[in-house]
Amino acid sequence: MAHGFHQHVAPPSMYYKVFGALIIGTILTVAAAKVDMGPLNNVVMLLIACTKATLVILFFMHVRWSSRLTWVVAMSGFFWLLLLFTVIGDYISRGWVPGTLR
Amino acid sequence: MPDHAEHFPGRIHQPPLVANLDAIQPRDHVEHPHHPKLQHHFDDMAQQVDASTLGMWVFLVTEIMFFGGLFAAYLVYRHANPEGFAEASHHLNVTWGAINTIVLIVSSLTMALAVRSAQVSAPAKTQVAWIVATMVLGATFLGIKAIEYTDKFRHNLVPGPNFQWTGKHPQPAEIFYSLYFCMTGLHAIHMIIGLGIMSVIGTMAWRRQFDSEYYTPVEVAGLYWHFVDIVWIFLFPLLYLIGGHFTE
Repeated sequence: MAHGFHQHVAPPSMYYKVFGALIIGTILTVAAAKVDMGPLNNVVMLLIACTKATLVILFFMHVRWSSRLTWVVAMSGFFWLLLLFTVIGDYISRGWVPGTLR
Repeated sequence: MPDHAEHFPGRIHQPPLVANLDAIQPRDHVEHPHHPKLQHHFDDMAQQVDASTLGMWVFLVTEIMFFGGLFAAYLVYRHANPEGFAEASHHLNVTWGAINTIVLIVSSLTMALAVRSAQVSAPAKTQVAWIVATMVLGATFLGIKAIEYTDKFRHNLVPGPNFQWTGKHPQPAEIFYSLYFCMTGLHAIHMIIGLGIMSVIGTMAWRRQFDSEYYTPVEVAGLYWHFVDIVWIFLFPLLYLIGGHFTE
């Protein structure tokens, strides 16, 4: 080819495998919701959701093969979410430890 | 009369800009013939697609912040009313929610395969077929959402003067349904915009504009579509599955 430009092209089988994992994740989420695990229910469903989101970002959105700069920018969004939920975690956990401000 | 050159020296002495362009153009076009889709401010096609991808990710970061605020509001109100939220969530139809989750995941697969078909210079028909499949699944999602919204209107579950709740926690339930409509509504608006983008991308694919050398628009549209899918991956468990469905 005259222009010598080649991005990574993943085989279709990779897309079908990721798709299968996402469907299994969805089934697991619904199944886990029917089991009483107390507060752990939230942890389990969010862990599955985060795993699914990671699969979509890395493989469907091609971040796995993107430039370092794209990695940094994509991660900055999630780093901001981490800051946001850390602040809210502080608000929610007030009073859990005796003596802390309510 | 003072001389104009005294006030605007640059105007007189600078050579006209056109002369500079003339000096650049021959080198650009004759010595390095390039792809017709390569814009002049990029060195090559690889740099161009990297720049477009990066730009789309910057937009998606603002989208993460946009939805992040709503998820934060959800967390604060759910923390304040855990039982009320569980009771309200119990009235959402898990089956419709789960079917819609599967529909969106399948649409993400067809979207990824649409991008891939452009990457390998598949025939225009194949590219358009994957894009149309993605659009059909997106429309299916919105149709199911419309069925669910109709049900909420029929049962007076839309926050406002007509909101009625027979359970123990009417006020938290109204807050839950406010968040439900804000979050799924904003998500549905993104889906509708996505369908608009896909019709443009589908038309471009039909006109044979994408091949292994140039597929940036379909790649970038795919990033948007997958992002909207990711938002739903979180919305589904947080809205539909917190109702203690094991109590049935």
